[in-house]
Amino acid sequence: MTPFRVLDAVAVPLGESNVDTDQLAPSRFLMRPVFAKLLLHDRRYERDGTPRGEFVLNDPNYAGAQIIVAGRNFGVGSSREFAVLALPAAGFRCIIASSFGDIFASNCYQNGVLPVVLPEAFIEELLAVLRAWPGLHVTVDLPAQTVHTPACGPYAFAINSARKACLLEGLDDVALTGRYRRAIARFEDTYYRDLPWLA
Amino acid sequence: MPPQTLVDKIWARHAVTVLDGNETLLYVDRCLLHEGFWWNIVDSLKSRNLAIHRPSNIIACSDHFVPTTDRSGGFGAIADERRRDLILRLETEGAELGVNVIGMMDERQGILHVVAPETGITQPGMVIAGSDSHTSTHGALGAIAFGIGTTEAMHVLATETLWQLQPKTMRITVAGRLPAHATAKDLILTIIARLGIDGGAGRFVEYAGPAIEALTIEERLTVCNMSIELGARAGTIAPDETTFAYLAGRPHAPSGAHWDAAVDFWKTLRTDDGATFDREVSIDGASVAPMSTWGTSLDQTIPLDAPIPDPAAEPDSSKREAQARSLAYMGLHPGQRLRDVPIDYVFIGSCTNGRLDDLREAAAVVRGRHAAVPAFVSPGSRAVKRAAEAEGLDRIFVDAGFEWRDSGCSMCAGANGDTLEPGRRCAATSNRNFPGRQGPGSRTHIMSPASAAASAIAGRIAGAAQVPA
Repeated sequence: MTPFRVLDAVAVPLGESNVDTDQLAPSRFLMRPVFAKLLLHDRRYERDGTPRGEFVLNDPNYAGAQIIVAGRNFGVGSSREFAVLALPAAGFRCIIASSFGDIFASNCYQNGVLPVVLPEAFIEELLAVLRAWPGLHVTVDLPAQTVHTPACGPYAFAINSARKACLLEGLDDVALTGRYRRAIARFEDTYYRDLPWLA
Repeated sequence: MPPQTLVDKIWARHAVTVLDGNETLLYVDRCLLHEGFWWNIVDSLKSRNLAIHRPSNIIACSDHFVPTTDRSGGFGAIADERRRDLILRLETEGAELGVNVIGMMDERQGILHVVAPETGITQPGMVIAGSDSHTSTHGALGAIAFGIGTTEAMHVLATETLWQLQPKTMRITVAGRLPAHATAKDLILTIIARLGIDGGAGRFVEYAGPAIEALTIEERLTVCNMSIELGARAGTIAPDETTFAYLAGRPHAPSGAHWDAAVDFWKTLRTDDGATFDREVSIDGASVAPMSTWGTSLDQTIPLDAPIPDPAAEPDSSKREAQARSLAYMGLHPGQRLRDVPIDYVFIGSCTNGRLDDLREAAAVVRGRHAAVPAFVSPGSRAVKRAAEAEGLDRIFVDAGFEWRDSGCSMCAGANGDTLEPGRRCAATSNRNFPGRQGPGSRTHIMSPASAAASAIAGRIAGAAQVPA
């Protein structure tokens, strides 16, 4: 997994709330996903495949963006990890929103994508700045746990310490759990002795 | 020992170790996988040269891509070769790896969240993780059950554990009784409409109170199923005599001396008096009325007789914009009454409402009448289908002009190709009304089986009370 430390990049002011996993990665593409075009496919493309010019992700002002700023409940819905995998495939490493779907956020941590939660008032301020100066860079500093732009911030954000350590080191959960093999074996001895019908 | 909640008790029982910040290495009793993500999970397991730690704890079932027509034609009848390959891959590779495979032609096949409870795989006190967000369903039997991504599922296969934050807890107490015309689906839609789609965010919800205790297991499964639509990590209901009676004699339930020991253990799985929750909410069961979604998120839900909201009256700017977008997508206007909106299609089935009681509820409305629009029923499992046929429900539906299909996720998510044409409006008993959920441009109204059946008869959104005698 690619470590995440400090990201300084163009941010897209998507702004919407409830961007769900069916929109992020439509079901019909999940048999053999073509990741490059998966993210928000039906929002980004017409049925004939031409880009929808009016959608903010297609706005050339935000070319090369690596950050999305959204409203509430980003990634609400299903467990599909493709909803996260579609993001780095389209160049995005960080989503800033006022809240996230829980499973989506867990999936982000497994793939080196940082979900940053900021209060709604800060999101509104950030969106206003990004719309006023399209193409402005946003800096997401994971070690310092802050977000800022040349025009606003810094805004502090919280993150679980274990999750932060894994992102900084580029360590996913399997690598971490390797250190607890013996603890799991000891747990199972007692567990299945006490509850034998579960074995 | 201070008083504990039900969730805290199950959590503590499964904690292998706890790190700073309450990150817990949680033991997982059962992992539920489907063919939609099986290939991806096993590819990542193999790419790391990892083996499955306890194959007997893993259940793999084909439900997302399976056709709901022409099942008797077997695999050869699946027109789309990509779907066929992924269904076959789960079956052959699952057998090689020694997990419990419930393949497409297996007599037990159905939607994971219907099959696991009805075969007794789901039991009180378990931690169940699944590669599908509606794994929350299994909380109905007193388990902690939640959906995970494919990387986390690979982690469970390799280690039988997951790293999880110790959850915040929330109790939703439903007082009194539901009115006769209101269903468990109307109850959970009411809860989501009142609390919002992030009302349970980051929390494990326990549903309690007299109206919950009075529910059958099938009704409890419907309520817990949509916990994810409340934004909750999971939803659970304390196991009781209703639960024990449901489980007794099911193939995977404990038997003999193990049964007695298991029931003794299960009886301890109750929230202690005086235990505190991070959030408590009460709902009056008597206030629940037949509900339907009007928009494209689950908080956009109103009683059938209520007017569709006017965004101009919404003070919250982000909700106002969302409402305006939903109205445009759904082709509706503010103030319009949801009841009587013409529909094009009806879908009865899914892990939310594809069980025998759901089909009985719909059949009671349909009996002796005729559908005004195309409609089909996809029983939640082959066992449900057999039981329904044994009591003649299939005849009631077929005589009314419904198609009587095979079991799978079907038109809930459309992953098997059961989708709507753009702009088509569907009354559905499933769980999500997201844009494009039932196919690009599809318009979905989520409601109970009784209301979906009534809507099929009327050709318009309707409740059971509106069906002419």
